[in-house]
Amino acid sequence: MHTLEPILAKHPFFEGLDKRYLELLTGCASNVVFKPDTLVFREGEDAKQFFILREGAVAIEIFAPGQGNVTIQTVEEGDIVGWSWLFPPHRWMFSGRVLQPVRAIALDGECLRKKCEEDHSLGYEFFKRFSHLLVERLQATRLQLLDLYSIH
Amino acid sequence: MLTPVAQPPATRLHDPMLPSLHRVEHARWDTDDTFSLELARVDGATIPPFEPGQFNMLYVYGVGEIPISISGDPARRDMLVHTTRAVGTVTRAMSTLKVGDTLGVRGPFGTTWPVDAARGRDVVIVAGGIGLAPLRPAMYRILAHREHYNRVVLLYGARTPGDVLYRKELEQWRAHFDLDVFVTVDRATGSWRGSVGLVTSLIGRAPFDPLNTAAMVCGPEVMMRFTTAELEKRGVKGDLIYVSMERNMKCAIGLCGHCQYGPFFICKDGPVFPYRRVQHLLSKWEI
Repeated sequence: MHTLEPILAKHPFFEGLDKRYLELLTGCASNVVFKPDTLVFREGEDAKQFFILREGAVAIEIFAPGQGNVTIQTVEEGDIVGWSWLFPPHRWMFSGRVLQPVRAIALDGECLRKKCEEDHSLGYEFFKRFSHLLVERLQATRLQLLDLYSIH
Repeated sequence: MLTPVAQPPATRLHDPMLPSLHRVEHARWDTDDTFSLELARVDGATIPPFEPGQFNMLYVYGVGEIPISISGDPARRDMLVHTTRAVGTVTRAMSTLKVGDTLGVRGPFGTTWPVDAARGRDVVIVAGGIGLAPLRPAMYRILAHREHYNRVVLLYGARTPGDVLYRKELEQWRAHFDLDVFVTVDRATGSWRGSVGLVTSLIGRAPFDPLNTAAMVCGPEVMMRFTTAELEKRGVKGDLIYVSMERNMKCAIGLCGHCQYGPFFICKDGPVFPYRRVQHLLSKWEI
């Protein structure tokens, strides 16, 4: 039977992850597709999953009164989308709108949280990886806040 | 490292301090605050040859003189193109010039992008904001000799969709089958459906062979710091990364010292530097 394990194993996010953890992850993973303009997730709703984009593009948006939906960032093939599932209150802080047809792997957050609680080594692996992702996004956000091109 | 960039003998001037009179042939706004001037010599002579990356000193009579990169096609000898933002006294005065008005031009000055030395390699051009202007001549030169290069990738980051420079040209380049053009903006407005995020975020997914790539980077210094770091993270050798520096240049021939940058004068030793030569200066607070 074909499983998603080889695909997960190849993704840089899971590089070096022990095979038994990959098997655990695979148990929480499923293939999903989204059409353009659909919402992959919506601000304020329960965050139950995160996604590994295999194809397509998603705009991370926030609704601003008077401005409508403002795109904060776009994510594309290879990117990891969503960490709200990992931290209480487990609600999406932003919305994800499909720009180009998306093929992705969805990982069940509740399932993963349970497994991380049961095995703290897995939890540590996950936090290491998501911390790295968070630092990258924070750094990018700080640079965007600098508004570099307005003074160059 | 590629062949060191240097001012080609062909572009050395007899009297580099003497401006020659040029007439505005075309003037247009590229964005809300950025404009381009096309200039021809008043005496009807062809413009001096220049290399991608070089700059001229443009003199608005009665107002002042400033350095501006050449943004036109180096193959064209009838017209000189400069693109700049209207942000200071001189550029604001320059932005009001109309067709037929005149201004003084000294140059070309400075070092060049290693366009010829990059032959046989992948070329990655990374531009931020108006940093695309000094890189456009490199794009023209590369496209004119496309067969000499492997993959050619242009990564461009702008502030907003409205600030995207040379939009029509970017769209034309994007349509080329042998050119990869990626554009991203820091902030999306209106109906933008393209990428939103830093230009550095494009480096990881751009299609090039890092072990055989020459990279040319131009933009704000902070952007260049993060871009060079990302290029090196991807595997591009620091020896093959070039950056264009900017300082307040006055004489443009290395005499006055206004543009001193550590042991270098930007006007004479730059503006294009091999990244390795200035890497240690890029994060130095005192400079």
